[in-house]
Amino acid sequence: MTAQAKATKALSEWPLWEVFIRSKQGLEHKHCGSLHASDAQHALQMARDVYTRRQEGVSIWVVPSHTITASAPDDKAELFEPASDKIYRHPTFYTIPDEVGHM
Amino acid sequence: MAHIDYLLHLADNAVVLGQRNGEWCGHGPILEEDIAMANISLDLIGQARLLYQHVAALKNDGATEDALAYFRDAHEFRNYTLLELPHHGALVGYAVDNRDYAVTIVRNFLYSALMALLWEKLQTSKDDQLAAIAAKSLKEVRYHLRHSQDWLVRLGDGTEESHQRAQAALNHLMPYTQEFWSTSDFEAQAVHDGVGVDTTQLKADWDSLVQHALAEATLQLPSTEGFVTTGKQRVHSEHLSFMLNEMQSLARAHPQGVW
Repeated sequence: MTAQAKATKALSEWPLWEVFIRSKQGLEHKHCGSLHASDAQHALQMARDVYTRRQEGVSIWVVPSHTITASAPDDKAELFEPASDKIYRHPTFYTIPDEVGHM
Repeated sequence: MAHIDYLLHLADNAVVLGQRNGEWCGHGPILEEDIAMANISLDLIGQARLLYQHVAALKNDGATEDALAYFRDAHEFRNYTLLELPHHGALVGYAVDNRDYAVTIVRNFLYSALMALLWEKLQTSKDDQLAAIAAKSLKEVRYHLRHSQDWLVRLGDGTEESHQRAQAALNHLMPYTQEFWSTSDFEAQAVHDGVGVDTTQLKADWDSLVQHALAEATLQLPSTEGFVTTGKQRVHSEHLSFMLNEMQSLARAHPQGVW
């Protein structure tokens, strides 16, 4: 088997993981990409090597991609468009006293 | 001078293994692992740079880190012979396709297990600069150990082929670890001066670390008898000069070159 074929085989046998990185204490974890790994520990280790090389993070989550339930792109119109004409849901219409400062 | 020889021994270990592992860059088994191994190489080369800079400052004779890395020949290097070996097992061809990742992983494991113990102790070296380098390197090598031990278990306790190749790599490399415990004159003097650490004092911990990992990896501890290599005393295998030839060729072709 060529190196290429072996690598492809590994990718098809290893499940996909989604990687979430928290960049600073107090901030939330953000999705930053995905990778193939044989198990959770392996995925964590690889995420460390691939996604935190430039000091991007202080914490990593990995989640099996198949456990994520996603909305269907075709449902976009009914799910998201109804919100587009309801600008009153944004809090920009409230006046905030100066003493409160930046919120 | 024993102090300088001791620092060169540590620096040469790091640069030689860093260069060897760097050979996988762009050729790793999978993308993530390719990046991981390149990270490890860069950690090692970073350690070597700090040590060479320290040696250059101590020598104070115009030597630079580049001169120490690029303009010394194989018979001046003091690395363990284990670290200069190519990435393939015994008695196979030297082509790129013959590289075996099991050899890479087993070697990184055996060496990282030693350095995790050694850097820890070197943090209290009388050489303050070395102690500071040890503190930095300890964090790096703990990760290298974790990475290589993790793969050792996966390969050993993996498929029939991965188990067989990991065991073959172990059988091939284990005898070279005897050099860790042989004491050379410069090491004895460095230990006496409070600069170095007596590695024979680390052997019991290293043995238990290795045995624990091998048990988890379902691998057999091979015999470590036979010839004891002498790389740290500047007598090397045939592989080092070829490796240095590649590593040093650019700097030697353009001796005044700058980045």
